Amino acid sequence: MSPDPTPMQPLVAVEDVHTYYGKSHILHGVSLHVERGEVVGLIGRNGVGKSTTLKTIMGLVHPDRGKVLFAGNPITGLPAHKLARRGIGYVPEDRRIFRLLTVMENLRTGLDRNGVTEARKQELLDKAFAYFPVLAERRNQAGGTLSGGEQQMLAIARAMMLEPKIILLDEPTEGLMPRMVSQIRQIIDVLQREGVAILLVEQNVPLTLEASHRIYIMEKGTVRHHCAASDLKVDDAVIHQYLGV
Amino acid sequence: MSKRSATVYWTGFAIILALLIVAPLVLPEFWRRFVTEILIWGLLAMSSDILIGYTGMVSFGHSAFFGLGMYGAAAALLMVRPPNLWLAIVYGLIGSAAIGLFVAYFSTRLRDIYFAITTLIFSQIFYVIIFTWTEVTGGENGLSFRRPPLAIPGLFSAPFTAETLHWFVLAVVTASYLILRRITQSPFGMVLQSIRENEPRTRAIGYAVERYKIVAVMLSALFAGLAGVLYAVQNRFAAPDFVYFLVSGETVIFNVMGGIGTLVGPIVGAGFFLLLREAFSRFFTEYYLIPVGIIFIAMVIFMPQGLLGFMRRWLNR
Amino acid sequence: MGIEQILAAIPWETIIIQTVNGIVTGMILALIASGLTLIFGIMDVVNFAHGELFMLGAYIGVVVITTSGSFWLALVIATLVVALLGAALQITTLRPLLGRDPLTTILATFGISLVLQNYALWQFGPVARKIQEPFTGYFTLFYLEYPWYRLLIAALSAAIIGAFWLFLKYGKYGVWIRATTQDRVMAQAMGIPVPWVHTGAFAIGAGMAAASGVLFGPLVGVNHAMGLDWILKAFIVVVVGGMGSLGGSIAASIFISLLEAYASIWVSPAQEGIVSFVVLILTLLFRPTGLFVPTPK
Repeated sequence: MSPDPTPMQPLVAVEDVHTYYGKSHILHGVSLHVERGEVVGLIGRNGVGKSTTLKTIMGLVHPDRGKVLFAGNPITGLPAHKLARRGIGYVPEDRRIFRLLTVMENLRTGLDRNGVTEARKQELLDKAFAYFPVLAERRNQAGGTLSGGEQQMLAIARAMMLEPKIILLDEPTEGLMPRMVSQIRQIIDVLQREGVAILLVEQNVPLTLEASHRIYIMEKGTVRHHCAASDLKVDDAVIHQYLGV
Repeated sequence: MSKRSATVYWTGFAIILALLIVAPLVLPEFWRRFVTEILIWGLLAMSSDILIGYTGMVSFGHSAFFGLGMYGAAAALLMVRPPNLWLAIVYGLIGSAAIGLFVAYFSTRLRDIYFAITTLIFSQIFYVIIFTWTEVTGGENGLSFRRPPLAIPGLFSAPFTAETLHWFVLAVVTASYLILRRITQSPFGMVLQSIRENEPRTRAIGYAVERYKIVAVMLSALFAGLAGVLYAVQNRFAAPDFVYFLVSGETVIFNVMGGIGTLVGPIVGAGFFLLLREAFSRFFTEYYLIPVGIIFIAMVIFMPQGLLGFMRRWLNR
Repeated sequence: MGIEQILAAIPWETIIIQTVNGIVTGMILALIASGLTLIFGIMDVVNFAHGELFMLGAYIGVVVITTSGSFWLALVIATLVVALLGAALQITTLRPLLGRDPLTTILATFGISLVLQNYALWQFGPVARKIQEPFTGYFTLFYLEYPWYRLLIAALSAAIIGAFWLFLKYGKYGVWIRATTQDRVMAQAMGIPVPWVHTGAFAIGAGMAAASGVLFGPLVGVNHAMGLDWILKAFIVVVVGGMGSLGGSIAASIFISLLEAYASIWVSPAQEGIVSFVVLILTLLFRPTGLFVPTPK
């Protein structure tokens, strides 16, 4: 399944972005892009700046230098809530669902937007419950009472309520049992089938290679390697170089 | 400090000191008192800077330290005959140190906002106690007493004149500044600043943060109490008004206006505030706080480093 | 002494009267403290000016009643006007401070409280004003003629707090407020316009303070310094109740007010204030996260 070769600009483009946390220079000129409907993997050791890259795209952190573009339009410096409404979904590390809100209320935070009819909201909810039946069962339970895997589903479902064009997934399989990991794998496929692009940050290299169309490898705050996923095998020298212990 | 900066600094210091010494000789009485008051409030603000600017602990409790220093001095001057200046200072310091211990204890258990609010409430507790315990503290009316003479037992004794009082205050405040400066530049002071920058990291490095905080609070309390003693000696009365939390609030205003973490900044801030008050009182009578308050808010937003903040690094080298 | 003698020595009637008083005062304090807790919980701002918003509400009430004669109109207008003022203040002075040291917001709101207090002093003068109760009327409670109005205040405060709680739980924007309070960052990532939620929450808190000002007005004189006593008590309530916990501050309000009411049987009014301080100190010593919140693990 390859993405349409579109002559338009990529859906998300990050151009030479430098981001700081206080005085720490985390991103030293990161450039990458994601096309519509693509699954792009972003891998690298811990601490190289993968999460920060996602946060920069999401507008949760603003770069000191460089640009971020969404569907050709510059979005650098815009606040996150505007970007969420434009169609960027974010599923952070640790899930970060609203623990004291019920499952329904968590989903509602993404549904209550301007221009969405009640009918459409119901459609989206039904779809979420169809993909994640366990959420339907627990719909009135507080988010904090869900298991780790269930919280991950909720975090993804919640982002889907925004009807995003791209979802930024940060380490979705971390701390999950193998059964859940394969469920996440299926969800990524489902999303991709629906035309939602995905930028996937993961420590699980085999899963990433399998699910993605293209791969970026990061080290020390910048992109070191970029190729099609099919060009890489798990035991490749490149993988060992940037991710090996 | 590099040789050159040190020369600049000490030259500036000497010039200002000279001006302050000359002040009572050339200024009319009203302005002379004004300058003396700036010095006293400045000392109070300096003491508060140790906590706010150097250790990063915002305290609204300084009215308690100041007030206890004031009442302590009052106690000495009323209970012991003949009224003895040095005894007044000792009593005042003991009073503020006692409160200091109390606050210091809580300072180690509370952080940030909780600490700030708690110190605020504590200073109100003392206000209520002083206000209602009329038999001991004179309640609402406060206590008045005679000013003690400037005396060194065995050598001489002379009642204060307007000039000698000013010089005495100036001497005490200058000595306090120099002592505090020495302390903030010592290894101890460096640890305090490190606590301000990043408390968890300081703790992780191995410093007993609690102990440092306690010492910082005690230091702060002592010098604030000293300011209270000076105020009592200058004005010859002690009143609960000075223990009201608004005094703490004003102290923090002096700090912010002048620039926290500079030691001299708060004195400048006190002067700035009092000058603004003077100026605006001419036009707004007792509502001067409306424009002064607005200026203060604007400074918090647009000039958070205060008047001297930009010199902070330089002043602390 | 026998049991009957001990029981007879206890001033039951006075205690019941003071219980009623304590609940009345407690509900008003709860209304003020709820606003403060809401503001602190959602944006970590200790609103020093809250007492002045209370005071302004009372003054606006005075003005509206003098011109229109209607207490209820005064209540509505004061709440709306102060809510708008609160929104304006938040936008101009607090938004620029977002993300800075929390000390700055304490200072900014302290500055606002000074300005508002003196503004009121300037506009209305130092003499206390009075708000007329909307109706007089007493019922006999033991040896006292107890005004119905006091019970009404308690009921109305409870109603307002109840309505607010319902709004938080079921309203669309209530969910936004709760989400923002729990996780500001993820709320943004879900498209919730967090800066406006902050403004809205501040406005609601301000409005609640103003409403309590009008409700409380007939009980005491309205003057420029009336906010000061309440702000300190409200802070104590918020700390004792657990900072950021709405239920906690309501429980703490009633608890402290009841204790003070009982204390007033035996000590003078100025000294009964010490009760709340003692409760604060004990809380800080033994359960610093709050008396009415479950101890964190």
